[in-house]
Amino acid sequence: MKSLTSEGRQQSAAWTFLAPALVLIGVFFFVPVLAGLVMSFTDFDIYSIGRPDTIRFMGMDNYRHVLADGEFWRALRNTLYFVVVGGPLSVATSLAAALLVNAKVARMKGFFRTVFFTPVVTTMVAVAIVFRYLLHPHYGLVNNALGFFHVAPIDWLGDPHWSMPAIVLLAVWKNFGYNMLIFIAGLQSIPEDLYEAAQLDGAGWRAQFVHVTLPSLGPTFLFVGIMTMIGQFQIFAEPYVMTQGGPLRSTVSVVMLMYEQGFRWWRMGYATAIAFILFAIMMTVTVIQMKLQGDRGQS
Amino acid sequence: MTPRAGITAVLATCALFALASAGCARHAGRTTIRFWGMGREGEVVQELIPDFEREHPDIHVVVQQLPWTAAHEKLITAYVGKSTPDVSQLGNTWIPEFSALEAIEPLRPWLAKSAGLDSSGFFPGIWDTNVIDGEPYGVPWYVDTRVVFYRKDVLERAGYSTLPQSWEGWREAMRAVKRVVGKERYAIFLPTNEWNPPVIMGLQAGSPLLKEDGTRAAFRDSAFRRGFDFYMSLSREGLAPSVSGNEISNVYQEFARGYLNMWITGPWNIGEMRNRLPDSLQDAWATAPMPGPTGPASGLSLAGGSSLVVYRASAHKAQAWAFVQFLARPDVQLKFWRLTGDLPGRVEAWRDTALTADPNMRTFGEQLTRVVATPKVPEWEEIAIRVQEQVERVVRRASTPDSAMSVLSADVDRMLEKRRWLRDRSRATGGGGSR
Repeated sequence: MKSLTSEGRQQSAAWTFLAPALVLIGVFFFVPVLAGLVMSFTDFDIYSIGRPDTIRFMGMDNYRHVLADGEFWRALRNTLYFVVVGGPLSVATSLAAALLVNAKVARMKGFFRTVFFTPVVTTMVAVAIVFRYLLHPHYGLVNNALGFFHVAPIDWLGDPHWSMPAIVLLAVWKNFGYNMLIFIAGLQSIPEDLYEAAQLDGAGWRAQFVHVTLPSLGPTFLFVGIMTMIGQFQIFAEPYVMTQGGPLRSTVSVVMLMYEQGFRWWRMGYATAIAFILFAIMMTVTVIQMKLQGDRGQS
Repeated sequence: MTPRAGITAVLATCALFALASAGCARHAGRTTIRFWGMGREGEVVQELIPDFEREHPDIHVVVQQLPWTAAHEKLITAYVGKSTPDVSQLGNTWIPEFSALEAIEPLRPWLAKSAGLDSSGFFPGIWDTNVIDGEPYGVPWYVDTRVVFYRKDVLERAGYSTLPQSWEGWREAMRAVKRVVGKERYAIFLPTNEWNPPVIMGLQAGSPLLKEDGTRAAFRDSAFRRGFDFYMSLSREGLAPSVSGNEISNVYQEFARGYLNMWITGPWNIGEMRNRLPDSLQDAWATAPMPGPTGPASGLSLAGGSSLVVYRASAHKAQAWAFVQFLARPDVQLKFWRLTGDLPGRVEAWRDTALTADPNMRTFGEQLTRVVATPKVPEWEEIAIRVQEQVERVVRRASTPDSAMSVLSADVDRMLEKRRWLRDRSRATGGGGSR
């Protein structure tokens, strides 16, 4: 009995300590999400702010309209481009940078870690200004460099075919430092004796990388993969400040479409429906990814 | 901190104290009204306040400056949060939206009480932008429209001493310019990222843009199509390059080198041209009113600008209205023009010789007698962007005119579904207005 009451007391103490955080999460996360869900079944718009009696319950109409809207599919296609091209590229860059910085022969590790991490903490707007100079078709550094290899000047931000690669490059450059740090942590947790044993067995650096480094980084990969994927699905700031979605809407992402519909045109019902569709897509992809990588990890 | 910003800070602090403690002895017994101004106007309007406060010792005006990019969201948020100012500047295309929100005060009773302030004092097209379903909601402050800026010397070389004022003549002149300047240069700049030129030409051809009380698109009708075809012909004949404004890094430079020789743009570019074109070219550019399909009388342009509005939630409407009356006075509008270069909306102000001495100002003065409002629906800004997108698709050969116009109409009709429902509902209940 005595132990039970003390357990009960412990439990109530735990709840007391958790309460402030739970209340905050409830008020600032669950309530707005629920309100958003309800709103996504209505046509809440600019007319409804002044006259709430004009709000109509639309059932699934918003969702149907989003799925029938060419704009949404274009935005989704652009976003998938970010995810499929930008995601792996970003992870690969992070891993390569982590291996370099973590290599035994590397000097000034702290310096390089800082340099690679700097873009992550630099404000997007400042980065955008610099990149717009770099990517300028006439006097940009990138086209000048390409000119050495006799590549004709590319209108990076004005040509609908090149705008996406330009934004992907920018996003990879801006964000790889964060994953690099996580990979470095993962690399440092691999016991040195594994490499020594592999060397004794005659494994070269490539075999060591494939059979020691990569498997040991499994959990790190899962985490980095999912976080990067989620981040790429939510891409917004890069196209917003670089191209405002242009040229020819070639860089509009789903989140940007949602922002436009919600805060520019004040079509809140429609915008929240887009949000929940994006959530469903991301949830599905995350579950698939966890299943795939989880299975591989167990086998 | 600039001296002016310093003064603003002091004033703002003072206002804060005044609100907090009703202290700040200087303002004791005076009513404080809050005015929101945008961009440069919000800054310069401060210089007019001392005159106003001298005339109205019982009113104190606190100005808050908003950047244009944030103004719309800030105003909506203020409305939702019940913290709108007493009086503000409002872009005149936003008036339909804020009247639909019932955020701003209908002005008929206030105008009735104010001798010498009514629609007759303003350019009719400009005044009309403030009238929603017959009810005025704003008083024009400064105005804005678009005319043709052109290279006089190049046009002369092509055999024209003035810009022809009919579409056919204008296009002929462009062809002549193109012959003079050659293959790699162009007669006119029609940026593919601007909705204004194709919309102006549609309006000139007689299109209302939206029909049935602003509840249906009229882009597939023959009138808009006529304007659109004229616009497209300039691009298809190679008279205008198929480029967006972003692809031209410095328009003034391109204008100076003769890469572009005409440009449909607004009054702010008078100053820019003076500052940015080399001295040798200062006599080589001129402005002309928009040519129209059948000559000068049909050369319409857009009725842009900012209005002054009073908020319904204000507790000091009488004082706010006094401030509106002050800013709308011809002498104050002229002073504001001298401070900012913003064109006065008040017709009387245009009798001032300082204003009419400048031929470019006369061009704008003439154009302002032929301006029309874009459709007065809250959705207009979004519709304008859709127009630009579809026009750009045709210019860049990603779509045909027929399919672009039907996609546009379908999109716009869907956007206006709520308006149709509101109209039908108010008809069914016999309620007034179709707003």
